[in-house]
Amino acid sequence: MFTKPTMEPVPARTKDQLRFITCGSVDDGKSTLIGRLLHDSKMIYRDQIMALERDSIKYGSTGDNIDFALLVDGLEAEREQGITIDVAYRFFTTPRRSFMVADTPGHEQYTRNMATGASQAQLAIILIDARKGVMVQTRRHSFICALLGIRHIVLAVNKIDLVAYDKECFDRIARDYMAFAAGLGFTSIVAIPISARYGDNVVDRSACANWYRGPCLLEYLESIDIQSGTASQAFRFPVQWVNRPNPDFRGYAGTVASGRISAGDEIIVATSGRTTRVKRIVTHGGDLVGAEAGDAVTITLEDEIDIGRGDILSRPDDQPKVADLFAAYVIWMDEEPLAPGRNYILRIGSQTISGSITDIRHRIDVNTCEHLAAGMVSLNEIAFCNVATTMPAVFDAYDVNRKTGSFIFIDRYTNRTAGAGMIAFPLRQTANIARQALSVDRRERAALKNQKPCVIWFTGLSGAGKSAIANLVDQKLFARSRHTMLLDGDNLRHGLSADLGFSEADRVENIRRVGEVAKLMADSGLIVICSFISPTRAERDRVRILVGKEEFIEVFVDTPIEECARRDPKGLYSKAKSGNIKNFTGIDACYEAPETPDIHLRTMEQTLEHSAKAVLDVLIARSLLDG
Amino acid sequence: MRDVVAEFKRPVMLYSIGKDSSVLLHLAIKAFYPAKIPFPLLHVDTTWKFREMISFRDATASRLGLDLIVHVNKDGSARGINPIKSGSALHTQVMKTDALKQALDLHGFDAAFGGARRDEERSRAKERILSFRSAGHVWDPRNQRPELWSLFNTRVREGETMRVFAMSNWTELEVWEYIMIEKIPVVPLYFAKRRPIVHRNGAMIMVDDERLPLNCDETPEMRMIRFRTLGCYPLSGAIESDATTIEDIVAEMQTATVSERQGRLIDTDEAASMEKKKREGYF
Repeated sequence: MFTKPTMEPVPARTKDQLRFITCGSVDDGKSTLIGRLLHDSKMIYRDQIMALERDSIKYGSTGDNIDFALLVDGLEAEREQGITIDVAYRFFTTPRRSFMVADTPGHEQYTRNMATGASQAQLAIILIDARKGVMVQTRRHSFICALLGIRHIVLAVNKIDLVAYDKECFDRIARDYMAFAAGLGFTSIVAIPISARYGDNVVDRSACANWYRGPCLLEYLESIDIQSGTASQAFRFPVQWVNRPNPDFRGYAGTVASGRISAGDEIIVATSGRTTRVKRIVTHGGDLVGAEAGDAVTITLEDEIDIGRGDILSRPDDQPKVADLFAAYVIWMDEEPLAPGRNYILRIGSQTISGSITDIRHRIDVNTCEHLAAGMVSLNEIAFCNVATTMPAVFDAYDVNRKTGSFIFIDRYTNRTAGAGMIAFPLRQTANIARQALSVDRRERAALKNQKPCVIWFTGLSGAGKSAIANLVDQKLFARSRHTMLLDGDNLRHGLSADLGFSEADRVENIRRVGEVAKLMADSGLIVICSFISPTRAERDRVRILVGKEEFIEVFVDTPIEECARRDPKGLYSKAKSGNIKNFTGIDACYEAPETPDIHLRTMEQTLEHSAKAVLDVLIARSLLDG
Repeated sequence: MRDVVAEFKRPVMLYSIGKDSSVLLHLAIKAFYPAKIPFPLLHVDTTWKFREMISFRDATASRLGLDLIVHVNKDGSARGINPIKSGSALHTQVMKTDALKQALDLHGFDAAFGGARRDEERSRAKERILSFRSAGHVWDPRNQRPELWSLFNTRVREGETMRVFAMSNWTELEVWEYIMIEKIPVVPLYFAKRRPIVHRNGAMIMVDDERLPLNCDETPEMRMIRFRTLGCYPLSGAIESDATTIEDIVAEMQTATVSERQGRLIDTDEAASMEKKKREGYF
């Protein structure tokens, strides 16, 4: 088939390296396990063992035995000195495979550290103390592993010696874990009863747990098939560097992220849609016939087309996404919280693009996997967000391709790596993408109705008068033979959003649905009038981006809370004050007034009629309505 | 490597002449082929390197047509700093650490490639691939950037620099296997040969030139030795070995029972010495 790659993927090095992460706290025996693996696979040199024997007598907690934890620790001492250690990498090799272990201290910084280690790993060993069983932290670790795209789990039920090698106990823990992890999308989960301290089932088979028929830990790590099949995936070649040593040679250097390519194959540049063919695959050791995932090569093309660092080459029939708005899971790593609207530098593959979060859809509690509403994302928190970029970005979904679906946030001012992201799906794809073209477009639909579609969005406290004004605007437009639709809580909550309650998360989701429905209606040519409290700027901004700011009119119905509470048309304020309604905007949930609304209506100063007329005047001024 | 070249204004490769440097150089040649390596090599010469290292360096530079900068801390040599009288700690500080900082500042390099590996030593296990140094080359372990996937944050301000450890995830054995497969030339001192040595502090020191003062009870003896790591000759301990080919070395590595750093006298000066040197700007 292909000539053996002779570039950076070194035959010896990649002979088959398994990269794994160990998850668990110190008490679970994580360090002891790593030390045991290194020791029993003979990766610890004599001088290191002698030092270890000395240290074990001095600091050890295992009596006369060697304390393997001391081999890898050091992390703890450093922590006391206030040094931030995120991940330590250790290496060992057996005749069958080489291993890289990411070891993360499992304390306050766990999410950030674990994510960093897990981003490199193909497999995770999740440690459980046999005496304690599946705990909150087990769930947390499993969730983070799943989020970071790890598909293989070893459940190491440690300290099995301390439960007298009890089979029942082991079976129960394994069963509990399988039940919990069923929804996390792991490809394989294997439970092994071990004792890191005494070495049972780590490298050598346990004599005490003779009921266990499965493989020892190391044996399993050596044999598991982690070929994630990147070579059989869609071809992706992110261009790292344009190689132009002289006017006669122009090559594009990079590492094949996934798939394979051969000389003569047709390729496309995702951002421009230009196509050509691969002329040569150049390496120092001579031209190759083909290259596949992991090969670092320089590609030359038949035609001279404009390609730079950051572009991705793919096959025309299986292209990456190109979008300037996408949804992504974000893990925050900076002391300064992630604020929606703030501009960051995003590094997506070899692309460097400006971008910001337009909306935090929800935050995820890593212990319970619950969705929570959030106005910002703090250090070690995970959220599902919408990300907008100033230029179209090229990517795949992270669960399809880890290399082209991941990105980092860089703080513009401090240059710190502030967060990491995993792209879920594109929200607004840009031009050159072959999208299902609709045979009748939105302009034509609007032209048929002889009007210009838009979304008029009323926001304000409960009882501010939104619905009254919105109704009057609707009537006035109808009187002018405009095609309109009024969306408010009543007609959505009873149908489309009947499954939602009033928690923060559900309210955010409700507004998201309203936004999507409003957009569809505007696309069909309608003038859409929406009346929702929509208390956060972020959720309103999200709708504005979705609809397009030319066609979005934000109307702030500004009525002081005292007046709203006095009017209390639905009797909600009195219920909220007596504690019968939770999360009531203005009482125990905050309302973020628009900073620069398109229309600001002060209901204490103007009549209903005046307010409605003011809205129509703005529509006329913006040429959305004939005067 | 290509990322760094694309993102930094003035990168350089720190070339120490050792096996890791040889591999790093080879990787660079391959990464930029058919173009030439788009950055210079910098060797910080303490003037106490083995003679065979210097001749290998010069031969390599001319064979490959490299842009090689050799920097010596003139001030240090003028003050007569040397590893024997000044002690290894001061010598390393002045002739290596200070010299490196001088050279980086002199040429305005903002990124420096190095061949250090995470498996070398405990404090290296947590080192970043892109290790950030604030102005003045200070390594602040509290101010390092998390590295996820292969996405590197290459942003630095004026005066700040980055050390780039492109071989972080290689092990010593893998380095040798790669040298074997790719037939990369290395300094002959890595191969066993009969060489003159004396015993000092439990290590075998090769008598490379007449500058090594011999105690009255010392007579150099010829032993079949080789080196696992190379540095200043009075600070590099040899091992007894019969490995005369790369295949022999790989075989010897597979059964090695002592870590490679044991031969390095600079590590034993004081506890946590590597950590301390790094903060001061040592590679």
